[in-house]
Amino acid sequence: MLLVLALAPLLTGYVRKLKAHLLRRQGPPLAQPYRDLLRLLRKEVVLAHSASWVFRVAPYLVFATTWVAAALVPTFATGLIFSYAADMIAIVALLGSARFMLALAGLDVGTSFGGIGSSREMMIASLAEPAMLMVVFTLSLLAGSTQLSSIAASLQGPDVGLRVSLALALIGLIMVAIAENARIPVDNPATHLELTMVHEAMILEYSGRHLALIEAASYLKLLLYVSVIACVFFPWGLAVAGQGLAAYLAGLAVYVAKLAASGFLLAIFETAIAKMRVFRVPDFLGAALMLGLLATLLLFVTRAG
Amino acid sequence: MALGGLLWCIAALLAASVAAIAVARHRAATTFVYAFALGVTTVALVIAAASLLAPDALSGALTLPLGLPWLGARFRLDALAAFFLVVVNLGSATASLYGLGYGRHEEAPARVLPFFPAFISGMNLVVLAADAFTFLFAWEFMSLSSWALVMAHHRRSGNAAAGFLYLLMASLGTLALLLAFGLLAGPSGGYAFDAIRAMPPSAGVAGVVLALALVGCGSKAGLVPLHVWLPLAHPAAPSHVSALMSGVMTKVAVYGFVRIVFDLLGAPNWWWGAVVPLLGGVTAAMGVLYALMQHDLKRLLAYHTVENIGIIFIGLGLALAFQAAGMRGAAALALTAALFHVFNHSVFKSLLFFGAGAVLTATGERDMEHLGGLIHRMPLTALAFLVGSAAISALPPFNGFVSEWLTFQAILISPALPQWVLKFLIPAIGALLALSAALAAACFVKAFGVTFLGRPRTPVARDAAETSSWSLGAMFLLAGLCLVAGILPGYFIDALAPVAQALAGAHLPRQHELDWLTIVPIAQSRSSYNGLLLFSLVALAAGLAADVIHRWASDAVRRSEPWDCGFPDATPVTQYTAGSFTQPIRRVFGTVVFRAREEVHVPRPGDSSAARLHVQLRDVPWDLLYAPAAGLVDFVADHLNKVQFLTIRAYLTLVFGALVVLLMVLVVWQ
Repeated sequence: MLLVLALAPLLTGYVRKLKAHLLRRQGPPLAQPYRDLLRLLRKEVVLAHSASWVFRVAPYLVFATTWVAAALVPTFATGLIFSYAADMIAIVALLGSARFMLALAGLDVGTSFGGIGSSREMMIASLAEPAMLMVVFTLSLLAGSTQLSSIAASLQGPDVGLRVSLALALIGLIMVAIAENARIPVDNPATHLELTMVHEAMILEYSGRHLALIEAASYLKLLLYVSVIACVFFPWGLAVAGQGLAAYLAGLAVYVAKLAASGFLLAIFETAIAKMRVFRVPDFLGAALMLGLLATLLLFVTRAG
Repeated sequence: MALGGLLWCIAALLAASVAAIAVARHRAATTFVYAFALGVTTVALVIAAASLLAPDALSGALTLPLGLPWLGARFRLDALAAFFLVVVNLGSATASLYGLGYGRHEEAPARVLPFFPAFISGMNLVVLAADAFTFLFAWEFMSLSSWALVMAHHRRSGNAAAGFLYLLMASLGTLALLLAFGLLAGPSGGYAFDAIRAMPPSAGVAGVVLALALVGCGSKAGLVPLHVWLPLAHPAAPSHVSALMSGVMTKVAVYGFVRIVFDLLGAPNWWWGAVVPLLGGVTAAMGVLYALMQHDLKRLLAYHTVENIGIIFIGLGLALAFQAAGMRGAAALALTAALFHVFNHSVFKSLLFFGAGAVLTATGERDMEHLGGLIHRMPLTALAFLVGSAAISALPPFNGFVSEWLTFQAILISPALPQWVLKFLIPAIGALLALSAALAAACFVKAFGVTFLGRPRTPVARDAAETSSWSLGAMFLLAGLCLVAGILPGYFIDALAPVAQALAGAHLPRQHELDWLTIVPIAQSRSSYNGLLLFSLVALAAGLAADVIHRWASDAVRRSEPWDCGFPDATPVTQYTAGSFTQPIRRVFGTVVFRAREEVHVPRPGDSSAARLHVQLRDVPWDLLYAPAAGLVDFVADHLNKVQFLTIRAYLTLVFGALVVLLMVLVVWQ
């Protein structure tokens, strides 16, 4: 659990640094997200008069649910202690709980920006969540399980091979991950005061330690999605429980390498593409949903053939 | 004996409703009736729960010399009936408790008090009935007493029309059920359920009975497209009755469907497993989209009932498909998921209607656009409503998630089915289910956010006061159940085992003996969920974060004006409203499903009138199905009207002609 917490800001910092380099800027140092968090944590909270307890409790719950969800994803080794507590559907639903609280907090102060953010976030989620679940369906039909560890183990096996539906599911999952993490074609993580912002509008009223928690939760979420993609579609190098320290260390090294590679790809993708209008997002996510459904259905066709 | 005790409870409720007619005008009558109903339903709840948990004490049967003289009234208590009695009496007991506080604000108690216990006794009777005549009689009794409650405030605009539509649809449903039982009983006329069970109908007849049962029970439960009356009639009743109708009466309709299709109809055909989940999936998605478009809090909740009925029918349909393929374990899983959702929905829907009732008493408003900021004035109601919202949105660690998770697990077994149609269809239904779960979350962010959060939009919302402690007690009881059933689902699933065993011929593995109270429907390597562990981990992480931050970092708070990106807005009117919140979703789905059209009227430069946004939504099932049917009835009535004004010779000719035709039919028939 502590590992994901320690690594998550690093990944975000790394993506920011790479993006800056691609734009021929110097970019903030890698440790900047850590410094941001620490600075925010030390500051006092400025609370609107109309804020209720929902507004103050939400950051802690959002952070806690995201952290627990991230800790349930196998990072560098399968066979986590608590992996039986939640399968992939439950992880998706946990993230849903976090989003529910955050959207409520956006509405709590009663400003128009918070409302915009919540409304759009829920619209995006209402398409991204089914798309994600269709990807889960494909994977679990293939692996005969909804447990992430079992899926990873079974996709590592020799009898799976390359499949069209896996490729479709991968594309679908990446699209969902981009939308859920408020990355560029859907939302811009680096802007304020733009009418198209979604996530940032929702948390506009937050300050101090509350903001730090929400930022940490979004770092964790990015790490979670990258870990899921890495663990399911690129399960090589995952250490299996009880293989000894060397295997764990090797698994950790491979995991960091995977994170670096995906961060690199994300940065290139974000630099190369333009932000789309809010009402184009449903088309984008509808495509992800269709890909997920197609992946599920193709599974039957290929199995029959 | 358990069954005798339950029948005495029903008799006591009927007596109370007769007594209430006499004393309704008395001031203490409200307290008396609700306290009495609370006591009796609690006794019935305990008896039903005891007979569900101790299966050897079950299977009581009794014939009373009532009703048709050669048949008597048969009653039977088995596992299925016991489970639904738990649902009915839990809902009724909490509604009575809530009524102790809420009923004091009733302006016409004489129109509510006599029918409230009668309605409860009607629902209990339906579940206990063991022959077709008693079942239909109790069904009609339940419909009519609830109709009377819908019409309690008949002078308010719209209520009379809602009552009329309800009466019409209830008659249609009863007609369908009457025909279904007629077909089931066959030419020999064995109306007792035992006789029907002894000789199951042929496959063709069974298909027709399934269709009739779908119409009969589906119209009561609110399956699309037979749902039109529900969102009008449920909110028209007083709030605790709305909770009973939405949370409990729809479940009695589900009971009717399960009883007819799983118990009486014999072995299912595979295509039943395609039709029923498809209807369920469409109902779920349509229900939640309708709900999203509503700004009336109670009507929104009523549309959500439609959605949840859809989810329940998905589970029931999957169970039929698995049963037809002989996969008993999978059928038991799907059936358990559906029945667990029956229980869960009755709990959180009652809770939400109670919350809406509390808002209604405090402000007199059902329209969300006139509310806002109620969390400051009604903190406890807000907390309970928040729990209900999270539970109905299928968010862990609450109970709604567990039953939807079980349904997903059942969907994931579907590729093992032999029929290709089902293999392709059921994953698509899974997508509909996922979509409706995600949209439900959006809808309840709207319902809770616009009603309770933000700044008050009207003076009544600003000056609201917390509701009475009786009502709060009922709400927190249900909120606690939502949490307990969410983090300890194993006990509830085990309690459902005898029902699944009786109907599907198998039950899920015992859950509560597993380590750490994890639930494992099939096998550990396949899927497992542990609500308790998840809840404790989240609580631990949140507590840890709060403790560390408050100890080592900062815990200073300063109050100020909202920041709002530097555009502070003076009036609460500039907040996001329910309409604007759903605008993106309306644009994504509404254009197809509701043929939504938006027109913006912007005044010309120099014109000082307000700009207007006009949104038009159309109810497609109404346009395609109900409007033509109503037109046809009008047309026929207009033309038959002429027959009233004929001469005596013409009438005599008509009579003679009718006689000849009937005789000819008889000759041909023989």
